[in-house]
Amino acid sequence: MERKTKVHAEEGTQNILITREFDLPVELLFKAYTEPDILEQWMGTKVLKLESKKHGAYAFETTDPQGNVLFKAHGTIHDIIADQKIIRTFEMANAGFDVQTEFIEFEALTDNTSKLIIQSVFRSVAYRDAQLKLPFAWGINMAHDRLQQIANALK
Amino acid sequence: MDLRRDIFQAIADPTRRAIITLLAAHAMTPGAIAANFDSTRQTISKHIQILAECELLTQQQNGREIYYHLNPKKMKVIADFIEPFRNMWDDRFNKLETIMKQYKTKK
Repeated sequence: MERKTKVHAEEGTQNILITREFDLPVELLFKAYTEPDILEQWMGTKVLKLESKKHGAYAFETTDPQGNVLFKAHGTIHDIIADQKIIRTFEMANAGFDVQTEFIEFEALTDNTSKLIIQSVFRSVAYRDAQLKLPFAWGINMAHDRLQQIANALK
Repeated sequence: MDLRRDIFQAIADPTRRAIITLLAAHAMTPGAIAANFDSTRQTISKHIQILAECELLTQQQNGREIYYHLNPKKMKVIADFIEPFRNMWDDRFNKLETIMKQYKTKK
Protein backbone atom coordinates (compact mmCIF):
# COMPACT_ATOMS: atom_id res chain seq x y z
CA MET A 1 0.00 0.00 0.00
CA GLU A 2 1.28 3.40 -0.94
CA ARG A 3 1.88 5.55 2.12
CA LYS A 4 -0.07 8.70 1.52
CA THR A 5 -0.66 10.03 5.02
CA LYS A 6 2.04 12.38 6.25
CA VAL A 7 2.62 13.32 9.86
CA HIS A 8 4.79 16.27 10.70
CA ALA A 9 5.57 17.07 14.32
CA GLU A 10 8.30 19.64 14.47
CA GLU A 11 10.44 19.34 17.57
CA GLY A 12 9.74 21.89 20.28
CA THR A 13 6.38 22.98 18.86
CA GLN A 14 2.89 22.28 20.20
CA ASN A 15 1.62 21.15 16.79
CA ILE A 16 0.94 17.96 14.95
CA LEU A 17 0.31 18.38 11.24
CA ILE A 18 -1.38 15.53 9.38
CA THR A 19 -1.86 15.75 5.61
CA ARG A 20 -3.43 13.34 3.20
CA GLU A 21 -4.63 13.43 -0.39
CA PHE A 22 -7.75 11.54 -1.41
CA ASP A 23 -9.16 10.22 -4.67
CA LEU A 24 -12.44 11.83 -3.68
CA PRO A 25 -14.24 15.07 -4.49
CA VAL A 26 -13.94 17.49 -1.58
CA GLU A 27 -17.72 17.24 -0.89
CA LEU A 28 -17.41 13.52 -0.13
CA LEU A 29 -14.35 14.05 2.05
CA PHE A 30 -16.25 16.67 4.04
CA LYS A 31 -19.28 14.38 4.30
CA ALA A 32 -17.10 11.70 5.88
CA TYR A 33 -16.47 14.15 8.72
CA THR A 34 -20.02 15.33 9.22
CA GLU A 35 -22.25 12.24 8.79
CA PRO A 36 -22.27 10.23 12.04
CA ASP A 37 -22.83 6.80 10.45
CA ILE A 38 -19.95 7.35 8.00
CA LEU A 39 -17.59 8.78 10.62
CA GLU A 40 -18.25 5.74 12.82
CA GLN A 41 -17.09 3.40 10.09
CA TRP A 42 -13.72 4.94 9.35
CA MET A 43 -12.83 6.24 12.80
CA GLY A 44 -13.72 2.87 14.30
CA THR A 45 -15.59 4.47 17.17
CA LYS A 46 -19.21 4.92 18.13
CA VAL A 47 -20.56 8.41 17.57
CA LEU A 48 -22.77 9.34 20.52
CA LYS A 49 -23.37 12.86 19.34
CA LEU A 50 -22.34 14.90 16.31
CA GLU A 51 -23.86 18.31 15.73
CA SER A 52 -22.10 19.50 12.58
CA LYS A 53 -22.87 23.16 13.05
CA LYS A 54 -21.29 26.24 14.57
CA HIS A 55 -21.15 25.82 18.37
CA GLY A 56 -22.34 22.23 18.03
CA ALA A 57 -20.95 19.44 20.18
CA TYR A 58 -19.73 15.92 19.51
CA ALA A 59 -18.88 12.82 21.53
CA PHE A 60 -17.21 9.54 20.55
CA GLU A 61 -16.93 6.33 22.51
CA THR A 62 -15.30 2.97 21.84
CA THR A 63 -16.13 -0.07 23.92
CA ASP A 64 -14.80 -3.62 23.88
CA PRO A 65 -17.21 -6.55 23.31
CA GLN A 66 -17.77 -6.73 27.09
CA GLY A 67 -18.94 -3.12 27.12
CA ASN A 68 -15.88 -1.65 28.86
CA VAL A 69 -15.08 1.84 27.63
CA LEU A 70 -11.70 1.88 25.86
CA PHE A 71 -11.81 5.37 24.44
CA LYS A 72 -14.00 8.37 25.06
CA ALA A 73 -13.58 11.79 23.53
CA HIS A 74 -15.65 14.91 23.11
CA GLY A 75 -15.43 18.48 21.94
CA THR A 76 -17.15 21.55 20.59
CA ILE A 77 -17.30 22.69 17.00
CA HIS A 78 -16.10 26.26 17.01
CA ASP A 79 -16.65 26.91 13.33
CA ILE A 80 -17.67 24.91 10.30
CA ILE A 81 -17.79 25.90 6.62
CA ALA A 82 -19.05 23.22 4.23
CA ASP A 83 -16.31 21.68 2.05
CA GLN A 84 -13.72 24.04 3.52
CA LYS A 85 -13.02 23.73 7.21
CA ILE A 86 -13.93 22.57 10.68
CA ILE A 87 -12.38 24.13 13.75
CA ARG A 88 -13.09 22.10 16.85
CA THR A 89 -11.79 21.25 20.29
CA PHE A 90 -10.91 17.67 21.15
CA GLU A 91 -10.52 16.16 24.57
CA MET A 92 -9.93 12.56 25.43
CA ALA A 93 -11.47 11.47 28.70
CA ASN A 94 -9.04 10.27 31.38
CA ALA A 95 -5.97 10.79 29.19
CA GLY A 96 -4.65 13.73 31.20
CA PHE A 97 -3.63 15.64 28.07
CA ASP A 98 -5.99 18.56 28.44
CA VAL A 99 -7.96 19.86 25.48
CA GLN A 100 -6.49 20.43 22.02
CA THR A 101 -7.68 22.59 19.14
CA GLU A 102 -8.03 21.02 15.71
CA PHE A 103 -7.99 23.02 12.50
CA ILE A 104 -9.29 20.66 9.84
CA GLU A 105 -9.03 22.03 6.32
CA PHE A 106 -10.59 20.50 3.22
CA GLU A 107 -9.11 21.47 -0.11
CA ALA A 108 -10.33 20.60 -3.61
CA LEU A 109 -7.36 19.65 -5.80
CA THR A 110 -9.35 18.67 -8.90
CA ASP A 111 -13.03 17.73 -9.40
CA ASN A 112 -12.23 14.25 -8.14
CA THR A 113 -9.32 14.69 -5.78
CA SER A 114 -8.95 16.54 -2.52
CA LYS A 115 -6.58 17.21 0.32
CA LEU A 116 -7.07 17.10 4.05
CA ILE A 117 -4.86 19.17 6.36
CA ILE A 118 -5.25 18.73 10.11
CA GLN A 119 -3.35 20.96 12.47
CA SER A 120 -3.71 19.95 16.10
CA VAL A 121 -2.52 22.48 18.64
CA PHE A 122 -1.76 21.29 22.16
CA ARG A 123 -1.45 23.15 25.43
CA SER A 124 2.20 22.20 25.82
CA VAL A 125 5.01 20.44 23.97
CA ALA A 126 4.85 17.65 26.56
CA TYR A 127 1.14 17.02 25.88
CA ARG A 128 1.84 17.03 22.15
CA ASP A 129 4.58 14.43 22.54
CA ALA A 130 2.40 12.31 24.82
CA GLN A 131 -0.39 12.27 22.22
CA LEU A 132 2.05 11.33 19.50
CA LYS A 133 3.40 8.43 21.55
CA LEU A 134 -0.02 7.12 22.48
CA PRO A 135 -0.60 4.77 19.51
CA PHE A 136 2.89 3.42 20.12
CA ALA A 137 1.98 2.73 23.74
CA TRP A 138 -1.35 1.20 22.70
CA GLY A 139 0.55 -0.96 20.25
CA ILE A 140 2.66 -2.34 23.07
CA ASN A 141 -0.28 -2.86 25.41
CA MET A 142 -2.37 -4.69 22.88
CA ALA A 143 0.60 -6.56 21.41
CA HIS A 144 -0.61 -5.19 18.15
CA ASP A 145 0.43 -7.07 15.04
CA ARG A 146 1.31 -3.85 13.32
CA LEU A 147 4.22 -3.13 15.66
CA GLN A 148 5.70 -6.45 14.75
CA GLN A 149 5.29 -5.64 11.07
CA ILE A 150 7.08 -2.32 11.51
CA ALA A 151 9.88 -3.96 13.43
CA ASN A 152 10.19 -6.63 10.74
CA ALA A 153 10.27 -4.06 7.98
CA LEU A 154 13.17 -2.30 9.69
CA LYS A 155 15.26 -5.44 10.14
CA MET B 1 23.01 16.63 25.19
CA ASP B 2 19.54 15.26 24.55
CA LEU B 3 20.17 13.07 21.55
CA ARG B 4 16.55 12.19 21.00
CA ARG B 5 15.60 15.84 20.71
CA ASP B 6 18.30 16.42 18.15
CA ILE B 7 17.09 13.56 16.00
CA PHE B 8 13.62 15.02 15.73
CA GLN B 9 15.06 18.41 14.93
CA ALA B 10 17.13 16.78 12.23
CA ILE B 11 14.16 15.14 10.52
CA ALA B 12 11.94 18.23 10.80
CA ASP B 13 13.59 19.60 7.65
CA PRO B 14 12.32 18.38 4.23
CA THR B 15 15.77 18.44 2.59
CA ARG B 16 17.21 16.33 5.38
CA ARG B 17 14.33 13.89 5.07
CA ALA B 18 15.06 13.69 1.34
CA ILE B 19 18.73 12.93 2.08
CA ILE B 20 17.64 10.14 4.43
CA THR B 21 15.43 8.71 1.68
CA LEU B 22 18.34 8.77 -0.79
CA LEU B 23 20.66 7.04 1.64
CA ALA B 24 18.06 4.40 2.44
CA ALA B 25 18.85 2.91 -0.99
CA HIS B 26 22.66 2.88 -0.66
CA ALA B 27 25.66 4.71 0.81
CA MET B 28 26.66 7.85 -1.09
CA THR B 29 29.44 10.46 -1.24
CA PRO B 30 28.54 14.07 -0.32
CA GLY B 31 28.95 15.03 -4.00
CA ALA B 32 26.54 12.33 -5.17
CA ILE B 33 24.00 13.41 -2.55
CA ALA B 34 24.31 17.10 -3.55
CA ALA B 35 23.79 16.19 -7.23
CA ASN B 36 20.17 15.33 -6.34
CA PHE B 37 19.34 18.83 -5.13
CA ASP B 38 19.15 22.32 -6.60
CA SER B 39 20.75 23.78 -3.46
CA THR B 40 24.45 24.59 -3.33
CA ARG B 41 26.91 21.96 -2.25
CA GLN B 42 27.63 23.94 0.95
CA THR B 43 23.94 23.91 1.91
CA ILE B 44 23.72 20.16 1.42
CA SER B 45 26.99 19.71 3.35
CA LYS B 46 25.45 21.57 6.26
CA HIS B 47 22.39 19.28 6.18
CA ILE B 48 24.63 16.20 6.06
CA GLN B 49 26.62 17.54 8.98
CA ILE B 50 23.48 17.98 11.11
CA LEU B 51 22.32 14.44 10.29
CA ALA B 52 25.80 13.09 11.13
CA GLU B 53 25.97 15.05 14.40
CA CYS B 54 22.92 13.30 15.75
CA GLU B 55 24.26 9.97 14.48
CA LEU B 56 21.57 9.39 11.87
CA LEU B 57 24.42 9.07 9.36
CA THR B 58 27.75 7.35 9.76
CA GLN B 59 30.88 8.07 7.72
CA GLN B 60 33.10 5.59 6.02
CA GLN B 61 36.42 6.53 4.43
CA ASN B 62 36.97 4.69 1.18
CA GLY B 63 40.27 5.80 -0.37
CA ARG B 64 39.92 9.52 -1.02
CA GLU B 65 36.14 9.44 -0.83
CA ILE B 66 33.87 9.65 2.20
CA TYR B 67 30.69 7.61 2.01
CA TYR B 68 27.66 8.29 4.18
CA HIS B 69 25.49 5.44 5.45
CA LEU B 70 22.20 5.51 7.33
CA ASN B 71 22.48 4.40 10.92
CA PRO B 72 19.60 1.92 11.21
CA LYS B 73 19.68 1.95 15.01
CA LYS B 74 18.96 5.66 15.16
CA MET B 75 16.41 5.46 12.34
CA LYS B 76 14.51 2.92 14.37
CA VAL B 77 14.19 5.40 17.26
CA ILE B 78 12.30 7.72 14.91
CA ALA B 79 10.18 5.03 13.31
CA ASP B 80 9.13 3.56 16.66
CA PHE B 81 7.97 6.93 17.86
CA ILE B 82 6.04 8.41 14.92
CA GLU B 83 5.22 5.41 12.79
CA PRO B 84 2.40 3.87 14.86
CA PHE B 85 0.70 7.26 15.05
CA ARG B 86 1.04 7.74 11.29
CA ASN B 87 -0.11 4.20 10.65
CA MET B 88 -3.22 4.68 12.77
CA TRP B 89 -4.27 7.70 10.69
CA ASP B 90 -3.26 6.07 7.43
CA ASP B 91 -5.51 3.09 8.24
CA ARG B 92 -8.40 5.40 9.10
CA PHE B 93 -8.01 7.49 5.96
CA ASN B 94 -7.69 4.40 3.75
CA LYS B 95 -11.00 3.24 5.19
CA LEU B 96 -12.55 6.68 4.68
CA GLU B 97 -11.48 6.64 1.03
CA THR B 98 -12.88 3.14 0.44
CA ILE B 99 -16.18 3.95 2.15
CA MET B 100 -16.70 7.19 0.26
CA LYS B 101 -15.83 5.61 -3.08
CA GLN B 102 -18.59 3.08 -2.48
CA TYR B 103 -20.89 5.85 -1.33
CA LYS B 104 -20.24 7.70 -4.59
CA THR B 105 -21.12 4.71 -6.81
CA LYS B 106 -24.25 3.99 -4.78
CA LYS B 107 -25.63 7.45 -5.46
